Amino acid sequence: MTALDRPAVRTGSRARRTAPPARGGAGWASWRAVALVVGALVMLFPLYWMVVTAFSDQGALTSGPLRFFPENPTLDGFRRAFTLLPFGQFFLNSTAIALVAMALSVTLNLLAGYVLAKYRFRGQQVVFIMIVSTLMIPVQVVMVPQFQLVAGLGWINSYWAVIIPRAAEAFGIFLCRQFMLGIPDEVLEAARLDGAGHLRIFWSVVLPMSRPLIAVLVILTFMYRWNEFAWPLIVLNDQQLFTVPIGLSFLQGEYGTDYPALMGMALLSTLPVLVVFALFQRQFVEGVARSGLR
Amino acid sequence: MTTAAPAAVTAPVPREDPPRRRRVSRDSLAAWGLLSPNLLVFGVFLFLPLLATVWLSFYSSSGFGPREFVGTDNYTELFGDATFWRATANTFLYALLTVPVSLVIGLGIALAMNKPLRGRGVLRAIYYVPYVISGVVIAVAGRWIFNENVGVINRLLRSVGLDGVPWQSDAVGAMGSLVLISIWTKIGFVMVVYLAGLQSIPREYLEAAQTDGAGRWQRLRYVVVPLLKPTTIFLVVLGVIESFQVFDIVYVLTGGGPGNATEMLVTYAYAEGFDARRQGYAATIGVVTYLFIAVLTALWYRRQRAQEADL
Repeated sequence: MTALDRPAVRTGSRARRTAPPARGGAGWASWRAVALVVGALVMLFPLYWMVVTAFSDQGALTSGPLRFFPENPTLDGFRRAFTLLPFGQFFLNSTAIALVAMALSVTLNLLAGYVLAKYRFRGQQVVFIMIVSTLMIPVQVVMVPQFQLVAGLGWINSYWAVIIPRAAEAFGIFLCRQFMLGIPDEVLEAARLDGAGHLRIFWSVVLPMSRPLIAVLVILTFMYRWNEFAWPLIVLNDQQLFTVPIGLSFLQGEYGTDYPALMGMALLSTLPVLVVFALFQRQFVEGVARSGLR
Repeated sequence: MTTAAPAAVTAPVPREDPPRRRRVSRDSLAAWGLLSPNLLVFGVFLFLPLLATVWLSFYSSSGFGPREFVGTDNYTELFGDATFWRATANTFLYALLTVPVSLVIGLGIALAMNKPLRGRGVLRAIYYVPYVISGVVIAVAGRWIFNENVGVINRLLRSVGLDGVPWQSDAVGAMGSLVLISIWTKIGFVMVVYLAGLQSIPREYLEAAQTDGAGRWQRLRYVVVPLLKPTTIFLVVLGVIESFQVFDIVYVLTGGGPGNATEMLVTYAYAEGFDARRQGYAATIGVVTYLFIAVLTALWYRRQRAQEADL
């Protein structure tokens, strides 16, 4: 970009070597880098402080001078957390719910996005607008009737109560439709002429062309389901079924201020999302870009 | 899509029409079939509860025993309810503070990140990470970091001779901590979306502006920002919707307090519905919240369309 900033110097290497303006570009570039790094440190600080807290001794945190690394690093906080509440169980529960819900949601998202982008049928626009308009419904607001419905189905204290009502997901469908509008009709038509059926085309033609999209969906849905709090809190009353966020809120509520334990569990609970993000993040920006999220 | 139309227009023999229509109807059958699981879930678990919420807003119900039809009493009560107005003001304030600030910062980072830079992938990931962390984790960490007495921020402030900020006991402080934390979580998403938008701006536009003598700021002001407008519209609408639905962070960070200084529409609806067990009244708050969101979204879209028509 520094070369672009100074079109005049592009005329020859001699001119460039003697051109002082290039220094302005270099100065800008290094300020940019410094600003980005400082910003990144600010962004990281809360996480860093969680790490310091998790490995510290409870007493040393609140008294004495402020220390920016644990004086005697200890795992006691983690140990205490696991004895205060069955977090091992909570992690299993969260994992099961998040994986099943993610697989289900991503499949449904892709199907709906494909149909809305590539089929022509009466009522298509209406369906699309209705689906997108559900984004405006605050989930907590419809929770009372939702709860009564789920209770009527006998799903209270079952994972289906957490998974099924959230299986259809407007934002994911929106992303899929935008992305799949970019798949050329000719490719689908060719597959159709080869005798491929609807599901066959979807499976062997559309899905292989949608890998960045699937990466975005996997990150987002896993994250939504893993992080979800209010709805599981309402439909799961049996402690054995709790998810990690519910456990965290109880750890904070009932056991006062055991900050090392709380921060230790908070960090552990963030790891799976970070792993999923790290695995798929390369494709993430491409997927967002091609979903027309802009 | 568009290829279907020319095919129909150029079809020379009318005889081709009936089989074509048959294929279309078979297609639409398949379309509805493929859509049906989604439509079933949306219908049963979202639209039905939404209608039930509207219906419930005309009733008084504790969830146990019979519900009683009360007409528009809930709405009358709502308009005289100081907590409701406080929650409304708080929600608007929260949106007004978090959305523009996170957009400006996110755009700044995206602009700085949109050029080759060593370690760009790592930096991008760092800025994005807060967005993937759960609201509950953010809130429990926020309560610790913003703790008035032993939190790291106030201890840092005191160590340089300043007074600690009353993040928890004071209305302004509590809202301030909530807003700061929310901006921290939103920046990364804004950045990624703007980065995608920036990558779609043709290089020639910027080069042309440069040839015409436009400086860095002028290129940003007159080329980049206008071209990013669709991205900005999308982010504002999504940001406002998110702001009006904020729940987890508030519920765990402040519980709406101190007093009702950080009570939001959705946390208030939740408290009325599940703690006070006034389900009809909670539904009323919900209906009004939904209307706020719908009206704001519609107004924003109309304004943008009007502006585009002016151009």
